[in-house]
Amino acid sequence: MTVVHDNLEKTQAKMSAKSVSVFYGDKKAIDEVSIDIPTEYVTAFIGPSGCGKSTFLRTLNRMNDTIPSARVEGEIDLDGQDIYRSGMDVVQLRARVGMVFQKPNPFPKSIYDNIAYGPKIHGLAEGKDELDAIVEKSLKRAGLWEEVKDRLQDSGTALSGGQQQRLCIARAIAVDPEVILMDEPCSALDPIATAKIEELIAELNGRYAIVIVTHSMQQAARVSQRTAFFHLGKMVEYGRTSDIFTNPHEQRTQDYITGRYG
Amino acid sequence: MSERIAPTRTTAFEARLKKRYAAERRFKALGLTSILFSVAVLVFLLGTMTLNGIGGFQRVELEVPIDFTQAGIAADPSTMQQPGATQALEAQGLRDVVQFFAEEHLGDEAASQFGSQAWRDVADAIAADPSILRGEANFWLPASAGLASGYQGEGSSEMQALAAQLSEKGLIAKNFDPGFLSRSDATDPQQVGIWGALKGSMLTMIVTLLLAFPIGVLAALYLEEYAPKNRWTDLIELSINNLAAVPSIIFGLLGLAVFLTMFPNLRSAPVIGGMTLALMTMPVIVIAGRNAIKAVPPSIRDGALAIGASPVQVVFHHVLPLALPGILTGTIIGMARALGETAPLLMIGMRAFVATPPDGFASPATVLPMQIFLWSDEIDRGFVERTSAAIIVLLLFLLVMNGLAIYLRNKFEKTW
Amino acid sequence: MSPAILLLLALGLGLAGWLAARARAWAFRRASPDGRLPSLPNYHAWYVALWIVLPVLAFVALWSAIAPGLVSQSVLASPAAADLPAFGFQRQTMLNEARAVATGAAPAVFNPEAAGLVEPYREALSHYNLIGIVVTLLIAFLGGVWAFLRLRPDFAARTKVERIVMAILLGASLVAILTTIGILASLVFETIRFFGMVSPVDFLFGTHWGPDPMASPENPDSSRYGAVPLFWGTLFIGAIIAMIVAIPLGLMSAIYLTQYANPALRRWIKPALEILAGVPTVVYGYFAALTIAPAIRDVALSLGATNPSSESALAAGLVMGVMIIPFVSSMADDSIAAVPQAMRDGSLAMGATTSETIRRVLVPAALPGIVAGIMLAVSRAIGETMIVVMAASTAANLSGNPLEAMTTVTVQIVAMLTGEGSFDHPATLSAFALGFVLFMVTLGLNFIALSVVKRYREAYE
Repeated sequence: MTVVHDNLEKTQAKMSAKSVSVFYGDKKAIDEVSIDIPTEYVTAFIGPSGCGKSTFLRTLNRMNDTIPSARVEGEIDLDGQDIYRSGMDVVQLRARVGMVFQKPNPFPKSIYDNIAYGPKIHGLAEGKDELDAIVEKSLKRAGLWEEVKDRLQDSGTALSGGQQQRLCIARAIAVDPEVILMDEPCSALDPIATAKIEELIAELNGRYAIVIVTHSMQQAARVSQRTAFFHLGKMVEYGRTSDIFTNPHEQRTQDYITGRYG
Repeated sequence: MSERIAPTRTTAFEARLKKRYAAERRFKALGLTSILFSVAVLVFLLGTMTLNGIGGFQRVELEVPIDFTQAGIAADPSTMQQPGATQALEAQGLRDVVQFFAEEHLGDEAASQFGSQAWRDVADAIAADPSILRGEANFWLPASAGLASGYQGEGSSEMQALAAQLSEKGLIAKNFDPGFLSRSDATDPQQVGIWGALKGSMLTMIVTLLLAFPIGVLAALYLEEYAPKNRWTDLIELSINNLAAVPSIIFGLLGLAVFLTMFPNLRSAPVIGGMTLALMTMPVIVIAGRNAIKAVPPSIRDGALAIGASPVQVVFHHVLPLALPGILTGTIIGMARALGETAPLLMIGMRAFVATPPDGFASPATVLPMQIFLWSDEIDRGFVERTSAAIIVLLLFLLVMNGLAIYLRNKFEKTW
Repeated sequence: MSPAILLLLALGLGLAGWLAARARAWAFRRASPDGRLPSLPNYHAWYVALWIVLPVLAFVALWSAIAPGLVSQSVLASPAAADLPAFGFQRQTMLNEARAVATGAAPAVFNPEAAGLVEPYREALSHYNLIGIVVTLLIAFLGGVWAFLRLRPDFAARTKVERIVMAILLGASLVAILTTIGILASLVFETIRFFGMVSPVDFLFGTHWGPDPMASPENPDSSRYGAVPLFWGTLFIGAIIAMIVAIPLGLMSAIYLTQYANPALRRWIKPALEILAGVPTVVYGYFAALTIAPAIRDVALSLGATNPSSESALAAGLVMGVMIIPFVSSMADDSIAAVPQAMRDGSLAMGATTSETIRRVLVPAALPGIVAGIMLAVSRAIGETMIVVMAASTAANLSGNPLEAMTTVTVQIVAMLTGEGSFDHPATLSAFALGFVLFMVTLGLNFIALSVVKRYREAYE
């Protein structure tokens, strides 16, 4: 069913999904998806809207738990352990698998408090100095430090859209996650802000396993090394980004990439 | 990962996690406790009122068998249908007849402990069915307030003793008192009823509804559909929003200073009470109405305008019918609030002692919550039960109204 | 009953006008070459009907306000009225009795002296009733004829009717402003009269409250009109004790209901809270006086308090707090629900627990709305009357001990206006001054709260 390109290097998968199906009530939103997500690369999920790519992304840190009617079948492993097993702690999981949303959602607090929120609730910093250091480091990694270092006490909501999104990325980085999930992080941003986020993703690549959902094929081509194509709740094809875009094995992938539907 | 290695996978983190979950559980329990507290208070309140109130629907009565064949009272069935029937029977000495048989059956001491109006119950029975005059009939007649509290184990020791004595012979009992719903106020708790207050409430509510509903709906339509964006409109909106939150007693002061100055003859009249409450209810209806009108999607207006309907036609043919369930829900809730309101009516003198039900919008009246307030001030133990019973009646009315509002809301709630 | 008759008359005439105009419009329509009119016949009918009913309604409203005055004037001018006592209660009673008999509300007069007045009353009533009916008919006829004569086949009846409808709509919404003006005017007017007798400084800053309605209204003792103890009692009961109960319980209830409760529980609890909110305050007052106040007194006694009051501030405040819980809860519910889901998701995705999300993100984000809700709750509590009238005391007391008796502004308004004092007495007028202070304070609280809520809503839209 799913075509997985066979020329992928054998790497240690950070996360791996095995026959994952997701239901909303009786409706099957994701059908038997299996995929390995490596640490070394940026993985992009592409596909027409409503294909389930965002739903699948949310299963990776169990954010779909917040939707009462959602139900997941199958197995998703993080470092070899099923995150849906009964003993799994959701709080710890989400601290390890961070998420950045489609629309920037900074808390209505100061820039500093936005970043410090995660370390504070998880108790990752002892004392103000350490917290300051985490805030500075996270903002630097998110490429926002130079722009906001003089106004850390300003409200996070006062920043521009692109800055807000980088703030959200910095917020996710502050707890040192192992995986960062990004759900169409640039869809609400202008091209210049988008370019900055893409640069940032390239810089973070390698340090964290990154999964990005995008509806823009160009963006997938620019930022990712691995691409999975979703269609109608199924993963149709998965392989190197270059292969998917230049030499797709599946007709549906071909049609989507050449713009026959979308 | 750079300096810190997977900080969220350390044992320290897991220890902290335990504490965090404990805090989570405490917080959740706190929330549940808060809710349970409110529910417990509600249950306790309703429970107290019900326990006290059950007694309020009853009264202590004495048994008196009357042999009318010895009494020599004549009653023409046709005159018995007329208003003067009671007086006619009184003129024939019915009072003494009742007193005679009471002394015979219960003894002198007990016979002196009838409520002063007890014989009227006999008169009513005769008026309802004159044929009983041809034979013997058994009556349960209200005891005096003193004997009644004696029967409940309170009051003076003589009365308690007398009550115990009568109770041994089965001559005294606490019986269901249907008259509570059909009589009016009185000084004796054995004789009171709520019909007068209830009728006053109904008359007042009719006036309130007739004034507040049309004005409220029309104002809501104007503000939501036609009002230009200018200072006047802002001022109107500000007034309405503020009026909705102004303490009710202030409306009473307005009623006192304006309505009673204009119509000094109508003190205590339902029409003044209704006008005062209408001013208080109108903003509630306007706000509910505006929300209901706002919920009608613009596409419906556009559709009607596009086939050439005038703005007035659009609103009255399309928007208003669709918004009506929401407006009605808000109206019922506003009316329920008005029905339970006491303070403004206190200001405009609707606290009269009204022993006969009001016969019109202009005659002196009281309302049910005011009756509750007046009875709550009485010292006699019998009034405690009567007050609770009146509260039960009031709460039942409110429950029905609120239930209706919730039902309407659920039935017509639409997501466009 | 005469206004009711006039109203029925107006409606009947309106219907007649409606039918006549409709018939005429149909006649136009049949006569017109293409069988069409610019306006439907019904609009012609409504045009005429409105021209009949509206002026008549205006007249009836005016007439029912002035007619009773005219009637009593003419009765007083009659020779029989010469024997009446010159002033006061007796005179009014007799007039009322005579009026009741004349209108048929009472079978006979109680006071023999009033009997002579019945006949003049009856005469005056029928005289003015006749005038009322004649003028009503005249106005209806003039309005109807004027409107009817304007009907033409090309008459734009719809536009005219719609213009009238718009005017009615505008008029309806002006009632709100009129009410506000009416409240302000009546309060300000009487307050100024009060301040003519008692200095505002003594009133606002004096610490002794004990007006004597029986004292001579001339030269009232200003030192007895110090309202500070009332303000303190009001704040202590409504803004402190009640809020200590209502804020935590209401807020936590809202949080549990919106964030934790499953839908089945919510379906049961929400109506329960609505019932709690719908219980009339007189019932709460009775509950407080009958159950809570004695219980608090007994507990205080057993704990060794000396002479606790059975009308303690604590009893009134606690019950008032319970009354306010649903209000705070629903305001907090709305505010928390207005925080975008994205905030919650953002926090949960960081690995925050639900309670951490609530305490550190949702509540701070909803804070402006919650604070505004609390301000509205305070405004409601300090204006609440029946609970304090029934459970608190009338004795002014400047104390911080919740077990002592205290009085509030609303209690004193009721006490001053339901007493026997005459309307010109400073004690009576002080009720209006207290009402004015209460109105201004609640107005201020509401105004700030509403604008905070408005700004807050806009921030998330």
